[in-house]
Amino acid sequence: MSEPTQTRPPRPAALSSASDRLFQGLILLLASVIVLVFVLSIFQLGRESWPALSRFGLGFFTERTWNPVEGVFGAAAMIAGTLVTSLVALAISVPLAVASALFVAEYAPKWLANPVGYLIELLAAVPSVVYGLWALFVIAPMLGQWQLTFFNPETHPERVELYTKCAALWAENQTTLQCFFVPSAGGGRGLALAIIILTVMILPYTASVARDVIRLVPQDQREAMYALGATKWEVISRAILPYARAGILGGVILALGRALGETLAVAMVIGDSQDILKSLWGNASTMASVIANQFGDAQEALHRSSVVTLGLTLFVLSVAVNFVARVIIARLTPKGIQ
Amino acid sequence: MSAATPPAAGRHGLSPARRARNLLMGGLILLSTLLVVAPLILIFLYLLREGFGAMFNLDFARAREGLGAVFSGANLDFFTKTPAPEGETGGGLANAILGSIQMLAMASVIGVLVGVAGGIFLAEYPRHPLMPTIRMVSDVLAGIPAIVMGLVAYGLIVLQFGFSGLAGAVALGFLMIPIVVRTTEEVLKLVPQTVREAGLALGLPKWLVTLRIVLPAAAGGIVTGVMLALARVAGEAAPLLFTAFGNSAINLDPTKPMSALPLEIYRGATSAYDENQRLAKAGALLLIILIFVTSLLARRASRRK
Repeated sequence: MSEPTQTRPPRPAALSSASDRLFQGLILLLASVIVLVFVLSIFQLGRESWPALSRFGLGFFTERTWNPVEGVFGAAAMIAGTLVTSLVALAISVPLAVASALFVAEYAPKWLANPVGYLIELLAAVPSVVYGLWALFVIAPMLGQWQLTFFNPETHPERVELYTKCAALWAENQTTLQCFFVPSAGGGRGLALAIIILTVMILPYTASVARDVIRLVPQDQREAMYALGATKWEVISRAILPYARAGILGGVILALGRALGETLAVAMVIGDSQDILKSLWGNASTMASVIANQFGDAQEALHRSSVVTLGLTLFVLSVAVNFVARVIIARLTPKGIQ
Repeated sequence: MSAATPPAAGRHGLSPARRARNLLMGGLILLSTLLVVAPLILIFLYLLREGFGAMFNLDFARAREGLGAVFSGANLDFFTKTPAPEGETGGGLANAILGSIQMLAMASVIGVLVGVAGGIFLAEYPRHPLMPTIRMVSDVLAGIPAIVMGLVAYGLIVLQFGFSGLAGAVALGFLMIPIVVRTTEEVLKLVPQTVREAGLALGLPKWLVTLRIVLPAAAGGIVTGVMLALARVAGEAAPLLFTAFGNSAINLDPTKPMSALPLEIYRGATSAYDENQRLAKAGALLLIILIFVTSLLARRASRRK
């Protein structure tokens, strides 16, 4: 092989190539720990969830009953809880996050844009437990108070009547769309509170990705439209947002990945009920919240294995979601735009 | 008239509908931004109000009697004592503060060693056949929920050796790896290629160029990445629930159950006892201040480049 390296000045080749190979081997060895962690995770989760999966099969994911006493485990209620909380929180947070990104990137003067950008990033730094504590001590009492006013028999007798009707349905584990929106006096905890706190928690992920891709929109796109006499909003809606759409979508999916796995804040406020979703204001659970609340107490092998199966499901789901997000974002990093 | 003000020429010809929509959307964007930032400010103010007095045992109820009355029972028990038994008053979170420090120190060993090596591998050996695999797996790891990492560490360590601070540190260390890998790779790529070529031209072997020239040039950025990773995992309680488990006594033995600030915040916030709630609020204030200061310092350091 005659490569251009022929002309390289002589150097102690044997010594350096041996030490180079040693160094590369060492670095590779340490870097391989990353792969090892991943493989061990799959192996560990797979092994421990095997008893539950072999016992219940795919029915594990469709069965609604989760009853440790009788040894019947089906995850439908938690999967529904995870999807509903994540998707609704996402739907509320995306417009807010994109708007705040637009403010930072397009509206705010520099002296304001930087601090606001900082604040939004700090939102991502607040630990899950602290969000949970705040939701529990501040938001939950407010929601609880609102339910008391809503069900005041003196001012709204017809609402109390509706609630009594729904309570009877809920007792039989039945759900109707009308009853889904009827508050179920739970002191403020429940599905709605979990959605509120999740919305706040995933805001910064979409916001920071959206801000970055909006800044990547070439300046001449804006100038061309302003030259045609467009208003600021027309420039945003016709030139900036369409251009940044795919990147924003990546940020949205990244936030979805966060929402699916978010644990303690949700576990603290969602009320931990393994029944299928009854009311927006009632208790519910997510896969992550059930792991946090039950794994420590799960004595029986099948119960424990079922909880780990929730972990495996969450693992697969977040890997898939993050993979999609990264593919979308990677396709848009500067080399794609130039 | 419009010719006199060229840049704003179009504005005068705007139809009322377009002008109104522009203003409306601008207003909505401003409102949304306020809504996004509000929770952070509300949380911080709430923790300051509730946590500060709780941390130093101040008695704001007696504010009318003057500063002396407020500070009459003030002490540093929060930092030096362990939680009082359930139902009793007093005590602090010294066990959790020490536990957090120990576990974060142990986690950084894993996070820095593996993370920096991974970053070097991705940046300096881009043509290695294993590079795409390691890059992809590292990205995937970043998305794994912390509680799932807790389940993994439970299976790998706790099942064999029981609950321990070490098991918690391993879970946190695993969570640090992808963050450190990504920032290390990015700052290493910022080091100009010509610097490497200059080193190689002097006859230095590649490993010396990497260790003595490239790494020092990127050291600031790598430290930033490690600090961000630490700030991220310092607040994690989920993976510690069934690894470090918690310990109401001060524990310096990494093979025994250990407490951590986020764990005590979780237990205290969900506890029915006022005193535990008080400690949780003070702990949350301490944790959030530490995390904010760390991430602000880290971001400032990285912005200077």
